[in-house]
Amino acid sequence: MIRINCPWCGERNMVEFTYGGDANNVYPGLSEETSEKQYFEYTYLRDNPCGPHLEYWHHVNGCRQWIKVKRDTLTHEVIATVPADKPVGEKE
Amino acid sequence: MSRYSALEVLKGGLTGQKHWQRAWRDPEPKQEYDAIIIGGGGHGLATAYYLAKLHGMSRIAVCEKGYLGGGNVGRNTTIVRSNYMLEDNAHFYEHGMKLWEELSQDINFNVMFSQRGIINLAHSDAQMDAFARRGNAMRLNGIDAELLTRDQVKEHLPMLDYSGKARFPVYGGLQQPRGGTARHDAVAWGYARAADMLGVDILQNCEVTGFDIHDGKVQGIQTTRGAIKSGKVGIAVAGNTSRVCALAGLNRLPIESHKLQAMVSEPLKPFIDTVCTFGAGHFYVSQSDKGGLVFGGDLDGYNSYAQRGNLPMVAHVLQCGMALMPAIGRIRLLRHWAGVMDMSMDGSPIISTTPVKGLYLNGGWCYGGFKATPASGWCFAHTVAQDRPHRLNEAFTLDRFERGYLIDEKGVGPIPALH
Ligand SMILES: Cc1cc2nc3c(=O)[nH]c(=O)nc-3n(C[C@H](O)[C@H](O)[C@H](O)COP(=O)(O)OP(=O)(O)OC[C@H]3O[C@@H](n4cnc5c(N)ncnc54)[C@H](O)[C@@H]3O)c2cc1C
Ligand SMILES: [Zn+2]
Repeated sequence: MIRINCPWCGERNMVEFTYGGDANNVYPGLSEETSEKQYFEYTYLRDNPCGPHLEYWHHVNGCRQWIKVKRDTLTHEVIATVPADKPVGEKE
Repeated sequence: MSRYSALEVLKGGLTGQKHWQRAWRDPEPKQEYDAIIIGGGGHGLATAYYLAKLHGMSRIAVCEKGYLGGGNVGRNTTIVRSNYMLEDNAHFYEHGMKLWEELSQDINFNVMFSQRGIINLAHSDAQMDAFARRGNAMRLNGIDAELLTRDQVKEHLPMLDYSGKARFPVYGGLQQPRGGTARHDAVAWGYARAADMLGVDILQNCEVTGFDIHDGKVQGIQTTRGAIKSGKVGIAVAGNTSRVCALAGLNRLPIESHKLQAMVSEPLKPFIDTVCTFGAGHFYVSQSDKGGLVFGGDLDGYNSYAQRGNLPMVAHVLQCGMALMPAIGRIRLLRHWAGVMDMSMDGSPIISTTPVKGLYLNGGWCYGGFKATPASGWCFAHTVAQDRPHRLNEAFTLDRFERGYLIDEKGVGPIPALH
């Protein structure tokens, strides 16, 4: 069972959360300069690492905040959690 | 190695059945092969078999990092069907269905293919309409499909909850009578033995750790059992597709690795003689020849390379099961397990050339790669041997996502959670 340390609520069972996917994937925006290639990469391509992965979770059955979680995809260990708009550490 | 037959069994009766040989050799890697397939799952082994059988290649190796059949081919719920609506999928999976129907004879190994039928249940008028449409599309493509009324479903599946209290009442269902199940281990072992008999070297405990690529062309691979040369390398590593491709410089694919669980009950007397899928939640069931009820459900729901599942999904699947067939309430569960799934962004597979010359990719199988095993090996062998896809897999390219030619059976857009 994965337990996630919500920055607002503390450590909670994973069933209170829904998964929001890869948090390194940044919406390219709507400006004129944004290329089709950027949209393609944002929409379809993923690093899909085996090991530490930065990802969004939504504490939907709790405080309803989005949070950013660094979690190991092989061991499921939760390494760090921060509010969604904050960086997790020195390198993401 | 001799062919398996009833006569062999009778002859063996005179000698205490001590004449059986191991089913495939355990060779040392050679320095060079005409083609190397990475991954000794169902798809890799089938590919090697069809390369040797249909494309006249004899120097072929399959590199498997663990033991043969330890991946998803030995972890799935064994459902075989071709009830697809979109043209490209329909023709591909129906070609596979025809290969399944001949497979035990073809590879001289009983894969226990059982065409017990599959029934997808509908629980609303809208779902019945969608099933009518799908069934019509299937029939137009020459695939068997029957739209069943509630009463017809009741004849096949008397154990469902037909009372007024059912949370999701059964409205009817879509049946593919030629669908069914097969014994997954036998598929891996049978293809391995048949390939070995045609001279394919199956190299177990042989993990691929790198590629030798010069001027955009593959020259060979690095493995834990040494370097091996080859101008043709096919990747068929299911949940590890992103990792192995990254070794060849193909970073960032339209794939996420997720885990899917299955579970099995204690053995029971005959209870359900078809495959049944719940249409209002994630639950599907069939009964194995040992009597166990085999249950499958949904992805655990987050990126994972762990071949083990978490309990919330077990609970969720069984809650769905209880809503549909309350009779299973007192059955005990024996085991649950998980496999790492290569979830593509449109729910359809990739059997394709790649930007690297001589390197080919087979992946993105999502929930449904077991039924695809024969067709996938057949098409991938063609692609590797001829350096171009067969007509049956020419839509399953790696670059279709960039070009906008998605094969989105469910019609819901890009999410790595489709099947
Ligand atoms: C619980 C569950 C239920 C399923 N139910 C169904 C179903 O009912 N019907 C259906 O059609 N499909 C089903 N599937 C999907 C199906 O099992 C897979 O899509 C299919 O088996 C994948 O192809 P494969 O057999 O080649 O994969 P695998 O058996 O996983 O083979 C890939 C192999 O590659 C090897 N490998 C990885 N990295 C390396 C490396 N670096 N070097 C060498 N070897 C490597 C692995 O060890 C592995 O043996 C299910 C899957 C799961 C997990
Ligand atoms: Zn919270």
